[in-house]
Amino acid sequence: MKKMFVMFLALILAMSCVGAFADEEPITITVAHIGPTSPGPAADASQYGQATLHGAEIAVEEINAAGGKYRIELIHEDDQHDTEKVVNAYNTALDNGAQIILGTTTSKPCEVAADLGYEERVFFLTPSASAPAVIEGRDNIFQICFDDYSQGRVSAEYIAEHKLGTKIAVIYNNSDVYSTGIRDSFIAEAANRGLEIVAESTFTTTVDFSVQVSEAQNAGADVVFLPMYYDAAAPILITADSKDYHPIFFGVDGMDGILTVEGFDTSLAEGVMLLTPFVATSEDEKVVSFVQKYEAAYGTTPIQFAADAYDGIYTIIAAAEEAGITADMDTEEVCEAMIAAMQKITVEGLTGTMTWDETGAVGKEPMAAVIENGVYVFND
Amino acid sequence: MTRAKRNRLIYNIVTYAVVIAAFVILQSMIANKSISRTLKGQLVPICSWVIMAISLNLVIGFSGELSLGHAGFMSVGAYTGAIVSGYLLTARGVETEWLRLAVAIAAGGVAAGIAGVLIGIPVLRLRGDYLAIVTLAFGEIIRNLVNVIYVGVDGARMRFSFLNNDLPEGVTMLVDGAKGAVGIKRISTFTAGFVLVMITLVVVLNLVNSRAGRAIKATRDNRIAAESMGVPVTKYKMMAFVTAAVLAGMAGALYGLNSSTIVPAQFTFNQSINVLVFVVLGGLGNVLGSVISATLLTILPEVLRAFADYRMLAYAIVLILVMIFTNNPIVRSWADRIVAPAKRLLRGKRKAEGGDA
Repeated sequence: MKKMFVMFLALILAMSCVGAFADEEPITITVAHIGPTSPGPAADASQYGQATLHGAEIAVEEINAAGGKYRIELIHEDDQHDTEKVVNAYNTALDNGAQIILGTTTSKPCEVAADLGYEERVFFLTPSASAPAVIEGRDNIFQICFDDYSQGRVSAEYIAEHKLGTKIAVIYNNSDVYSTGIRDSFIAEAANRGLEIVAESTFTTTVDFSVQVSEAQNAGADVVFLPMYYDAAAPILITADSKDYHPIFFGVDGMDGILTVEGFDTSLAEGVMLLTPFVATSEDEKVVSFVQKYEAAYGTTPIQFAADAYDGIYTIIAAAEEAGITADMDTEEVCEAMIAAMQKITVEGLTGTMTWDETGAVGKEPMAAVIENGVYVFND
Repeated sequence: MTRAKRNRLIYNIVTYAVVIAAFVILQSMIANKSISRTLKGQLVPICSWVIMAISLNLVIGFSGELSLGHAGFMSVGAYTGAIVSGYLLTARGVETEWLRLAVAIAAGGVAAGIAGVLIGIPVLRLRGDYLAIVTLAFGEIIRNLVNVIYVGVDGARMRFSFLNNDLPEGVTMLVDGAKGAVGIKRISTFTAGFVLVMITLVVVLNLVNSRAGRAIKATRDNRIAAESMGVPVTKYKMMAFVTAAVLAGMAGALYGLNSSTIVPAQFTFNQSINVLVFVVLGGLGNVLGSVISATLLTILPEVLRAFADYRMLAYAIVLILVMIFTNNPIVRSWADRIVAPAKRLLRGKRKAEGGDA
């Protein structure tokens, strides 16, 4: 027993010597990914959480393998898309030594967590929480994705410029911040662009859409704008098909994921357009490599959320280099340094070339894709 | 003192003692910083869920009515609390946090109580399943209503809008429709939660052991017999229902003021069921059981974080196991055997003192 202990000690000593001799030991930053990876009491957003987690994992693997100045240790906490659980996830992450939060994936929980972080000075970079309220009045959080106001505005702009139609119907979830936020800015911009809103209907649960679809059909809408998550969009497409109604369906980033809904006939999604900065079939070198790695590791094609998180990790690295983060900095020092650095950097990511201002909102080009033969294709 | 009375006294003392001991232990852990952030962050929600469970137990366990809309009262309390607190801060400049919290909690209780009376009048004429369905509908109505309410503060005035946000620019929004109550200043504290739990215990334990409480339990055990004895059934059912609503409203205010934002989607039917699980697991009519089960079942999913992806599965399995074990006659007799000597000891002591009547 004693012998073993001595040997063990010797081993530790030897290992520490090796460590001391190696030059330029990489600095380890602990990043916590917070997002819903299981269904919560209010709603199921686990597909987004899984996507952001996996996207981040791929980026971390690449960075650690490349062996630059920084190493990232990624930990994950599930928030179940719930404003109570997210507090626990956030606290557990900090208990486990997180210095920077990559998250949270969804808007409302992000608002709660970022507010805690604002008071305690913890740096947040959210890949996909798009509600404007997430960054409003808080300097500690930055977004990779567009905020909802921009999405609604850009959608109306796109529909008008590409002359997709003039009679627009809107179906939206009036109990959802994301849905109502985009709808509001879409309606405002549509008026400026001379688009006519012929029907507008709401829903709160995703059970039956025959009333809403009929309303759009009877009003003769040629474009139906669907600012919602894919889980509600799938039954709408099914209902429209059963009524033999085939307008152009136009969605926003929440539509991403529609092709992966279990038991959903993806041929119904043919021709659906959506606002997305990322298309997996793109021939861009970086995208091809990312998609290959992602498919090999997880067996599915990455959605926009995965790309957002991938970019998020690279943004953290870029900002950390700019800020000169060291291992002995606590979360508060890291936070202040990162906030300053974020406004100086430019990141070439999968989702475009990104810059940030002091509000935390991202600046990049909007793009729209159309679903053709079961894959997204950029529409230009 | 009769044996029944004595048992009740012991039960009540144990209930208070458990809650106070838990508070003292947790406070000392906070003082010497040996508490994890995760647990510390959960203390206020735990207090809210404990109050929710106790108050629902009053309806289900003591008054014998299955209510499925308890989260509705919680949301009424949460929204009222958020509005009152926001108004006091923005329009009246009340900076003292505990004062704002106290007023907000009281207001939350009153608002939920009024909702309880309004709902109780039609609902309590129904029985059994019908009552369950109507309370469920009530919860959904409340949730859909708060989805389309807009409240803002403009100078010293409070402004309301319904269906569409017609409030002028520059108004500080307190409730913003589907976006929920926004910009809440977090003022709930564990001490406030503890005080509220104690108040709840005092109210419920005294109510169920009072003359009114006996009447409530009589209407549960045999409605016809109670009626024939001249007990006004509706009045006592109403008493239990409204008391529970007030307590749930206060819990809601405490819960809401612990978060920077609350959304209507948080108070769905699922949450009502969640509280129902606390009550059933803790035992119908068992207040201490409600306290313990609400606490454990709130903490459990966090403890199970180690299981990562299988967390919720593990949670469900634990629930099933607990349900099976606590209802297993072998386990029960085994538990009785452990509890019996302690009881005998107590009884023996009392006999030696000549206390039994």
